[in-house]
Amino acid sequence: MRRLTLALIAASILLSGVLPAKSQSGGELHFVLRAEPKTFDPMLVDEEASETIRFLTGGVLIRVNRKTQALEPELAASWKVSQRGKKISFHLRDGLSFSDGTPFSAEDVAFTMRKLLDPNLHSPTGDSFRSSEGSVRVAAPSARDVIIEFPAPVAGLERLFDQVAIVSSRSPKKETAVLGPFTVAEYKSGAYVLLKRNPYYWKKDAHGQRLPYLDSIRLDIQQNRDLELLRFKRGEIQLINNLDASYFENLAKEEPAAVHDIGPSLDAEHMWFNQVPAAPIPDFKKKWFRSANFRLAVSEAISREDLCRVVFSGHARPAVGPVSPANLFWFNRSLQPHPHAPQEALRRLQQDGFRFDGHVLRDGEGHAVEFSIVTNAGNKSREQMAAMIQQDLEQIGIRLNIVTLDFPSLIERISRTFDYELCLLGFVNVDLDPNGQMNVWLSSSSNHQWNPEQKSPATPWEAEIDRLMQAQASTPDQNQRKRSFDQVQKIVWDQQPFIYLVNKNALAAISPALANTSPVVLRPQTFWNVESLYYSNQGRGVGQ
Amino acid sequence: MNTIRQIAAVLLGIIFLATLFAGAFAPAPYAKQFRESPNASPSRMHLLGTDELGRDLFSRLLYGSRVSLLLAPAAALLATSIAALVGGLAGYAGGWLERIAMAGTDLSMSLPWLFLLLTVRAVLPLNVPPAASLLITFALLGLFGWAASARVICAGARSLRNSDFVLQAKACGCPSLRVLARHVLPNLRPALFAQLLISIPVFILTEANLGILGLGVSEPLPSWGGLLRGLENWGAVQANPWRLAPLLLLLIVVSCFQLILPREDFAA
Repeated sequence: MRRLTLALIAASILLSGVLPAKSQSGGELHFVLRAEPKTFDPMLVDEEASETIRFLTGGVLIRVNRKTQALEPELAASWKVSQRGKKISFHLRDGLSFSDGTPFSAEDVAFTMRKLLDPNLHSPTGDSFRSSEGSVRVAAPSARDVIIEFPAPVAGLERLFDQVAIVSSRSPKKETAVLGPFTVAEYKSGAYVLLKRNPYYWKKDAHGQRLPYLDSIRLDIQQNRDLELLRFKRGEIQLINNLDASYFENLAKEEPAAVHDIGPSLDAEHMWFNQVPAAPIPDFKKKWFRSANFRLAVSEAISREDLCRVVFSGHARPAVGPVSPANLFWFNRSLQPHPHAPQEALRRLQQDGFRFDGHVLRDGEGHAVEFSIVTNAGNKSREQMAAMIQQDLEQIGIRLNIVTLDFPSLIERISRTFDYELCLLGFVNVDLDPNGQMNVWLSSSSNHQWNPEQKSPATPWEAEIDRLMQAQASTPDQNQRKRSFDQVQKIVWDQQPFIYLVNKNALAAISPALANTSPVVLRPQTFWNVESLYYSNQGRGVGQ
Repeated sequence: MNTIRQIAAVLLGIIFLATLFAGAFAPAPYAKQFRESPNASPSRMHLLGTDELGRDLFSRLLYGSRVSLLLAPAAALLATSIAALVGGLAGYAGGWLERIAMAGTDLSMSLPWLFLLLTVRAVLPLNVPPAASLLITFALLGLFGWAASARVICAGARSLRNSDFVLQAKACGCPSLRVLARHVLPNLRPALFAQLLISIPVFILTEANLGILGLGVSEPLPSWGGLLRGLENWGAVQANPWRLAPLLLLLIVVSCFQLILPREDFAA
């Protein structure tokens, strides 16, 4: 009994450190949207600003915990996937209400899913559920149960519900009636979005206090990142997501307690050789670019450690492949980044008949090895990476010409005319599940950048990737999917159709005035636990 | 006034000579990356420190100045020659030829040249060595930068067309081409010279602007445009104020060009 009392005292002390006193709740959080939100309709979201609003206002059945990357029940108390991923049944929480007081029921979930999956709506969120032709059946057998049946298995089905904000079927306020912690109170185009606390939000803290602690959030619409940094330094905003390494370093000197290097992000910088058969480049170059040995040699000639240290001031990690180590489940841990090994690179090239005379590398027919790398103008880190790669390749006698193009011209070359040789760009990854990369890896896809829209796979290894990607997409067994996708990662590591360079670290800035913060790699980095954020007594923000 | 012009000319001469013999003064090759010491402070080894990639800034400044100071005058000469041809002929001939030429000039001045430069750069072949890309950039500046000068030259030629000495030459039976070559063009020389000198800093700044957009001279060749990109991150500049050296040199050179302009001749 005494032990139990002591444990209870210890727990209450521990909780009192984590949870705010009543007087500490309230206040207004400020941060910046870097673009105008295109929509407030949660079903039509297809860009970051609108997604931020959806995250802050929308209530979902299942949430991906941004820290553990595991699924957690939200509006659904429990769920069950059956029929090999074709059917999902939800059992909903009882007694919840929308922000206008309208009760929440299974009818709302059914209404949301029917609307979302209506092909005429063209919902990007709905598209991710469409695995094959055929209609989806949605039924609400009771006020707390919903059953959804798809015509074919949908891989990673539960995770998709993290993006589905439930809307009310009965509220006169339609999509402005929400189940998330905040609700849109005011919007001034080009200026700001003001969110107010949802008085009916269902979550409570351990003391029984209704969340969120904050009264409101003001999201100023502002593109200029220099101004964003300046405003943070002045204390006018409290959060910055996705800081650049140079801004991070700048801020770290002045406010070391405010900056957070969270580790490798999901994003990767990579480059690829043009392997399109019809590309307007000389045949001898096409032969180089189609050789796995050549691509591997180029990969090994590049010092990824130097790229991380010099270009990103150490806030990056050498990349291994299409999956970042930040993706806890799907990353193939048996793979390592290709080492910087110029001698090994030369040995590989000699296997392919190349000769190095100490200055110039020549192929078997005597052509000097020279090609160009294109990247988007104005992206300083990519231009710097290109300059470093240029010097690295010079060590093995390859002459690299750097060309920076405005983005539309670059896209025209890499996706329509195919008039380029090597391209350096980046992947912004928001989806943990490999299904999000289907359009990159399938040889028939238009985003299969090195050789898109193939009628049949051009190489046996591409055929194998096609097979493995289809296999992982057609089974609900996560371990089986993982095995298939691990093999995809291994093939990509061996063949280097994309030469992965670095995974940039996720960098963020958080005002020390905010308490209970826990920045993570996944979006939305700093405010994923927004309902639990509050201002500490030591430093209340300007919005107080 | 004359003394100031002389000082400006001497200063420009010194800078020209220093950049012309950059190889003798540069402590390191401009492209060499000292990766162990990026963003280094000035030292004996690196007089102006190093850039983000560890390249010696003093060497890059010398070579970059050579690029800008040699090619900007060449581009200015090209632009002024085109302006002299178009403006001189239009102003001297008058009538429909002048109207068409000036309409073309107005059209040329109203075009968004920066975007056109970007477009032309985008359609050029990709495998262009840095030196060739440099020449192309400045040639484009020269080819596109004649319109404003052409208007000035045209106005000058028009005023000469009806001058007494031209009328007298024509009355004496002097052929038109001889009048143009012997009487009109020599009298346009001060205006042409002024236009040439005005164009040089304009082209230097345009290249710098293209460089800031990442579309100027390609890596690893340095130019003032490329060097000025180092000033984008103001925090880094505050921490390393010697990064302002290219800006300072650009200001000195542009000021010198402005100071040596023959204003009296131009006004005449």
